[in-house]
Amino acid sequence: MTSKVEAVLDALKVTGTGALIGYLPVGFPTLAESIEAAVTLVENGVDILELGVPYSDPVMDGLVIQEATQTALAGGFRLSDAFTAVKEITARVSAPVLLMTYYNPVLQYGVDNFARDLAAAGGAGLITPDLIPDEAHEWIAAAEKYDLDRVFLAAPSSTDERLAQAVKQCRGFVYAVSTMGITGARTDVDAAAHSLVTRLRSVGATHIGVGVGISTADQVTEVLSYAEGAIVGSVLVKALADGGVPAVGRCAAELSPK
Amino acid sequence: MALRDELGPYFGEFGGRFVPESLVAALDELSAAYMTAKLDPSFQSELTELHRTYTGRPSIITEVPRFAEHAGGARIILKREDLNHTGSHKINNVLGQALLAKRLGKSRIIAETGAGQHGVAAATAAALFGMECVVYMGEVDTVRQALNVARMRLLGAEVVPVTTGSKTLKDAINEAMRDWVANVDNTHYLLGTVAGPHPFPVMVRDFHKIIGEEAREQVLALTGRLPDVVTACVGGGSNAIGIFHAFLDDVDVKLVGFEAAGRGIETGEHAATMAMGRPGVLHGARSYMLQDADGQTVESHSISAGLDYPGVGPEHAWLKDIGRATYRSITDAEAMDALRLLSRTEGIIPAIETAHALAGALKLGRELGPDSIILINNSGRGDKDMETAAKYFGILDGETK
Repeated sequence: MTSKVEAVLDALKVTGTGALIGYLPVGFPTLAESIEAAVTLVENGVDILELGVPYSDPVMDGLVIQEATQTALAGGFRLSDAFTAVKEITARVSAPVLLMTYYNPVLQYGVDNFARDLAAAGGAGLITPDLIPDEAHEWIAAAEKYDLDRVFLAAPSSTDERLAQAVKQCRGFVYAVSTMGITGARTDVDAAAHSLVTRLRSVGATHIGVGVGISTADQVTEVLSYAEGAIVGSVLVKALADGGVPAVGRCAAELSPK
Repeated sequence: MALRDELGPYFGEFGGRFVPESLVAALDELSAAYMTAKLDPSFQSELTELHRTYTGRPSIITEVPRFAEHAGGARIILKREDLNHTGSHKINNVLGQALLAKRLGKSRIIAETGAGQHGVAAATAAALFGMECVVYMGEVDTVRQALNVARMRLLGAEVVPVTTGSKTLKDAINEAMRDWVANVDNTHYLLGTVAGPHPFPVMVRDFHKIIGEEAREQVLALTGRLPDVVTACVGGGSNAIGIFHAFLDDVDVKLVGFEAAGRGIETGEHAATMAMGRPGVLHGARSYMLQDADGQTVESHSISAGLDYPGVGPEHAWLKDIGRATYRSITDAEAMDALRLLSRTEGIIPAIETAHALAGALKLGRELGPDSIILINNSGRGDKDMETAAKYFGILDGETK
């Protein structure tokens, strides 16, 4: 029972670079291109992939990701496409692949079924933006059964008690939300991010990824000076939307700390 | 335990808090503040006084015999929430939450609205308490409820048309939640129905249960007994839970909610969440919802913007599953016929939402027979719907040259 995500984070900690975690939604602009784009991210320095499952009501997402996921849904995205994408991507690159999904699709697929099929496809686990550990008994049990990572969020507003709970229930890493807000590029990484990471350390966190609002190489470097991973999403999605697969590759290469 | 005593966060398998972690602190803060306020006589007396001097409570009941002639001889009694200030039941919850927001030191309130009734009520409370107010409203709804947009703006609120997703109530809630995640420090999300994460379903219910508590006494005084059926329309379910709640433990009183069947359940264009949905998680709670096989929310349809919602409050889902309440559906056409009938027989123009309950009562009366007593929550007045009704019935004269 080991986490491949944790192994990657540990290895990059030894080399001193830290991990770049890249987000793209499945099915945008098409299923095939989303798979190609994800592979390209890894070839250009992304260490861990976070594949978004398009959902009709994405309350944690800003406009860039909303528009991309709505396009994927309008293009006929089905949940089974997420497993197809994980399978094809993990066959081509060795980076671990986490799915980022709102909870209802998992619930409707059947939590155990979802975990089983994700594991069978070679997926590493789930990031769950609208599922807090308090409500996650079923998912935590399934994740243990199928040896999957479970990444819960920690926010600047979380109490120390809740941070400790998140650290205890997470495997892979704790997703530290850098700012009080939704996804989307911001000029500065909030000072709240650093203090949140410090607070997570004090309750025992060993693997932390910082996300929301990170969009430049400087921000990635800054975050990786105090956290194991920097999570970048909207700027990659925008590059893919504007310039296709080659553009998203260039964007990843620019962001990569290596 | 009495059914009335359920405090959440769960109603059976329904309810809960399926929200981003960023909101948990605010929900905890709100839960604690609400529990404190609930036990604080000064909070209760402030709210009661506001209802007496501002809302116009208690609202009266009106028996409608000419309307009831079309209902198989049943006696039909309306609880007149349409006579409240701002024209619907929504003000009950809004004043309660605005008082809480004030206690929490929040200077800004945000709200979602479908028909605009909740948005108008929220804008009204914001004006009364001197708070900043932003109302999210689906772009589709800003068009079909333009009069209410004007009312909100006149009251000083900012109305933000929501252009994502289906551009209706569900997307307005998404946008309000995004705003709240980013501005939770100074902002209270004044959610307008008994849906959403805990404590909203319980708190909003508690602010509306005054409807049923008053009506229960009023019907007893008028008829000497409890009604056979208590009924209301159900979108998110706030007016229905408001009138049901006082009767939950009166085992002989049937509770029937009427959802919107839109163009007909068989057409797929409806908002009959209980009839056609299945349990899932939407907007922070587990409840019945309209969704496809993958768990993507399906767009609803109703001629009434206020019922055009693919979810329903978790307490209703629980009442359905334990068999305490039943939920049926009424088409656009049936509702519009009932709207006209009440207007012409009683001189009361109801909201299109409310007309679903009126249409349902006509059916219930025929089923129950003479001498049965039906209590309806007449939840809102129809002024806001005149454009829709005028078009529907073709009752405006052509434009003069």
